[in-house]
Amino acid sequence: MKTLKIEELSKNFGSTEVLRKINLEIDEGNFLVLLGPSGCGKSTLLNIIAGLETINEGNVYIDDYNVSKVEPKDRNIAMVFQSYALYPSMNVRENMIFGLKQAKVSKEKIEEQLEKVAKFLQVDSLLERKPSQLSGGQRQRVAIGRALVREPRIFLFDEPLSNLDAKLRVEMRREIKKLHQQLKTTVVYVTHDQTEAMSLGTNIAIMNHGVIQQNDTPENIYNKPSNTFVADFIGSPSMNLIKGKLKQNSDKVYFIANGSNFEIPINGYNFKEKKNLDNKEVFFGLRPEHIFFKKSDEKDFEIILRADLSEYIGHEQIMTFDYSNQEVLAKFPSTIKIELGKEIKLYFDLSQTSLFDARSEERI
Amino acid sequence: MQDNIKSSSYQQLEQKSKYTNIFLRWFLYFVLILFASYFIFPLYVMIVTSLKTMEEIRQGTLLSWPSGLNFDSWAVAWGGRGYGAGDTFLRPYFWNSIKMVVPAVLFSTFIGAMAGYVLTKWRFKGDKWVFLFLLFGCFIPYQAILLPMARTLGVLGISNSVIGLVLVHTVYGIPFTTLFFRNFYVSIPTELVKAARIDGAGFFKIFFKILLPISAPIIVVTIIWQFTQIWNDFLFGSTFSFGEAAPIQVALNNMVLSSTSVKEYNVDMASAIIAGIPTLIVYVLAGKYFIRGLTSGAVKG
Repeated sequence: MKTLKIEELSKNFGSTEVLRKINLEIDEGNFLVLLGPSGCGKSTLLNIIAGLETINEGNVYIDDYNVSKVEPKDRNIAMVFQSYALYPSMNVRENMIFGLKQAKVSKEKIEEQLEKVAKFLQVDSLLERKPSQLSGGQRQRVAIGRALVREPRIFLFDEPLSNLDAKLRVEMRREIKKLHQQLKTTVVYVTHDQTEAMSLGTNIAIMNHGVIQQNDTPENIYNKPSNTFVADFIGSPSMNLIKGKLKQNSDKVYFIANGSNFEIPINGYNFKEKKNLDNKEVFFGLRPEHIFFKKSDEKDFEIILRADLSEYIGHEQIMTFDYSNQEVLAKFPSTIKIELGKEIKLYFDLSQTSLFDARSEERI
Repeated sequence: MQDNIKSSSYQQLEQKSKYTNIFLRWFLYFVLILFASYFIFPLYVMIVTSLKTMEEIRQGTLLSWPSGLNFDSWAVAWGGRGYGAGDTFLRPYFWNSIKMVVPAVLFSTFIGAMAGYVLTKWRFKGDKWVFLFLLFGCFIPYQAILLPMARTLGVLGISNSVIGLVLVHTVYGIPFTTLFFRNFYVSIPTELVKAARIDGAGFFKIFFKILLPISAPIIVVTIIWQFTQIWNDFLFGSTFSFGEAAPIQVALNNMVLSSTSVKEYNVDMASAIIAGIPTLIVYVLAGKYFIRGLTSGAVKG
């Protein structure tokens, strides 16, 4: 049984297509993050799961029951919003029990739930305050508390941390992670912040233009992006994508960047299909953190590039190199001094390579 | 040496700008006081004249202080002279106006609040057009709808009655009240409504429990606006009512214009002030909310 299943879901606002044939499944206790740039449809998808938006095509199942036409309040879900959406005229207590009161839960049960959740989130001393008297972090807690008291099957989070300042955001992120570890509830979490997505999710679905680009574990998303969009979106700075051609020589495959004739051997790469590779136009993908200043492994591939630019950011520096008129970024510890304008030896960890078809932009 | 020269010239400049500032400040106050007195002048004349006897008025000293506090003309304006026919005084019409204004303000405010709520939080296809047409309502010259409205009131059987006026003012208040509430609710995050829907609250519950309690500023604005508009209305009042059912502005007009023999300026002035007092009271009581409500775009949740 899947806790949440989305089947062939499409949604459009007038003539604009927002979501196209979305398929998703979440197992009990999993933490799914919907990640994507603004306008990719992730929030719409969340609203559809919540029942706040109608569906044009497809179905939403919660515990194998088709809820596509069920009211939000009857879907057994709870949602935490970006603006917290605490009711301004009610105090914390009233805010938290509003849903239970609507559901006509008995007074004793409400009090019991409230006490439990308030203690758990450490908001029990704030119960008589109005939302306007709370700090950002406290409002966030209360908003989560309001969701918790209802003991829903699925938690929906709509960019809950983006209104907080940087420090608080990291703190609350850890709290949400802890919360999920302790309660083991199913979560769908929308964000545009890849760090949030990576650190929280057991699964990440990357969306763009209303289509899920890749739905996988954080490790796979990072290491084996399924297309150039994912490769580019995840990682900071993002993956180097060097344009060039493949050359196949009996069993060996080489990559040659445009405008150069230097051959990089592609060994042990897991091709989806090892056919018609010769002369294929591709993007050669390698993350900045997989380019080294010193040889760290026997298999590391040596290459000589010219350093063009250095960006110091404290614990590390981001260097820009020139590879036959294409920019290649690398991340080094900030202790290393590199002279600009000079050619130096670098080492590529080729086991971390990703190759994409230049035309379809899909992983090959 | 060089530094010393510099610092002394800075001192001179500082001194100079100080004098300029003092001058500008005094000039500013002078202009403000001038405009303020210009503005308050008619009111002064009204009050002073209303406290004078006809004897004093005939002397033609418009600006002079009255000889004493003589409220006789106010009593006449409010309660009449006590003889039968032809004696017009404000009291009954004042109550007519109250009976018209209170329900009309309440109805139009409530309907405007509801409409603003729907137009912002329960968007539907074509809602923009509905709002646009409502906006047109703000710009319709009232003279244009006098005849159709008279016919409508006739058909409904409520012409020449306070109820008829309540209806007219409610209908023509709705465009404004809707505009106010819509602009207010636009600034309130729709996420509030979404949260409430997930919590199981319905259309009316969300309105009464969540939005209305935070609408105080805009309710005050709307009430002041509507109260002033309806209380001061003359056109609808004079067209759709006469005699006993007339509101105070019509009665005021009848009083001032229909006096046959002598113009009693003191009584006229007193009547005019009486007719204006309720709006003044509303402003004094709720004025600070008025400014706050007009300027508050962002009510933080």
